[in-house]
Amino acid sequence: MAKAQVTFQDIGVTVTVPAGTRLIEVSEKVGAGITYGCREGECCTCLTKIVSGHENLAAPSVLEDQVLKDNLAPRHHRLACQAQILGGTIVVKPT
Amino acid sequence: MHWIGAFDPDLRSFDIILRTANGTSYNAYAVRGDSGVAVIDTVKASFGERFFHRLETIADYDEITTVVLNHLEPDHSGALPELLRRAPRAQLYVSHQARPMLKGLFDPQEFAGRITGVGTGDTVDIGGRRLEFFNPPYLHWPDTQCTWLEDEGLLFSGDFLGCHYCDTRLFNDAVGDFRFSFDYYYAHIMRPFRAHVRSALDLIEPLLLRAILPAHGPVLRDDPRDYVRRYRALSGSGLHRNQVKTLAIFYISAYGATRRMAETVAAGAETAAGDNDAAGAVRVSLYDIEGSEPHTFVDLVEEADALIIGSPTINGDAVKPVWDLLSSLTMVDVKGKLGAAFGSYGWSGEAVPMIEDRLRRLKLRVPVQGIKAQLSPTPDEFAACHALGREIALHLLGRAEARVVDMASLA
Repeated sequence: MAKAQVTFQDIGVTVTVPAGTRLIEVSEKVGAGITYGCREGECCTCLTKIVSGHENLAAPSVLEDQVLKDNLAPRHHRLACQAQILGGTIVVKPT
Repeated sequence: MHWIGAFDPDLRSFDIILRTANGTSYNAYAVRGDSGVAVIDTVKASFGERFFHRLETIADYDEITTVVLNHLEPDHSGALPELLRRAPRAQLYVSHQARPMLKGLFDPQEFAGRITGVGTGDTVDIGGRRLEFFNPPYLHWPDTQCTWLEDEGLLFSGDFLGCHYCDTRLFNDAVGDFRFSFDYYYAHIMRPFRAHVRSALDLIEPLLLRAILPAHGPVLRDDPRDYVRRYRALSGSGLHRNQVKTLAIFYISAYGATRRMAETVAAGAETAAGDNDAAGAVRVSLYDIEGSEPHTFVDLVEEADALIIGSPTINGDAVKPVWDLLSSLTMVDVKGKLGAAFGSYGWSGEAVPMIEDRLRRLKLRVPVQGIKAQLSPTPDEFAACHALGREIALHLLGRAEARVVDMASLA
């Protein structure tokens, strides 16, 4: 199975994950400082900065895009509860 | 400017979390310009008729061109849908963050085209008078904003700088002594957001304030700047200045095993500072929760950089004094602090992962897996406690080694 490497910059941990994993599944297990509210892509609590490797995440859904816009999210920010890892290396940090 | 709010002298408990010994007020205001009337904030739904009655004494509904909601909580937005129905010309101005929340209050389709999102620097003209918006969020919701009437020097501040104090004499120079209520409100509503409070004060301090008009409590027309200074003081450090990183270990122990683990975690943390660090670069403290009430630790927690919590497991759970401490942490801003857990147990040891979950939910970072030990810890388990303390302290010093792990190895 395709693998990807996700680095959580705030705690200095890199995790090797199977492609298709969502950020939420990894960050909670590893204890990174990304926090979650509704966990359904509505509340924007888990807004996360994608420091690098933005292109290695699946493109946001129409709904995620709308929530990002509503909350004035800066460029290269995603909802960790929604963002799905495709492969390669990705570096993230909590907002 | 007209006050069109409502007094609620019989309220004794607000939003469950606050005691209100002499009630509160829901302040709403109206400002008349040459081309229209602006209404700023409304009241709790059950006080709507009083609000509309006061509004009708100073304006006709078709004169109202502008409605501003500084904060959407039901005690301020209760009369909003009805106001928009009665005032068909009115455009609603709320912060960008508030817009998506409106659907929780009414069907936005009913007022389609009448809602405008605004941010810092946006303005609305009502004819000879201009409302300017400031958007300091998290005072105490994501949606909060303040509205500034520059020509008059009036700041409509929403919950910011407000308090639950009901006195029909309304103005701060006429009402009773509300200083306690002002501080109490800060402590329970604003304190968890103190970083945002400081940012908001940066925006507000340069203004030439003639009066502050909050959404609860007295209108602050006499020396309004005094209240801004008070917030500046309250949002400062609650303890003496401290230049070093602080790591606090809270534990409780039934038979002494968790206590010995706590002492070992502390000893490990003490070893983290290297030769190039200043002496005592991480200040490590041990507290037995049994020796105090949780609220007395809150100042300490607010200032600490890392919290490590030790609890035995009794009946499959962390013990009540630990939960009491953990529940009191919502009173302060703990987001981004480092956290960890450890503890001795008899059969099952659920306390440690439960504490870790709670710390994560409180928005702490929990970079190192906690340590559980059955009954008396073995030498290996003591070594793990030592390593836990050292690792957390290294994180505080910015010297933790980057780790690479496989997802399958994570619990």
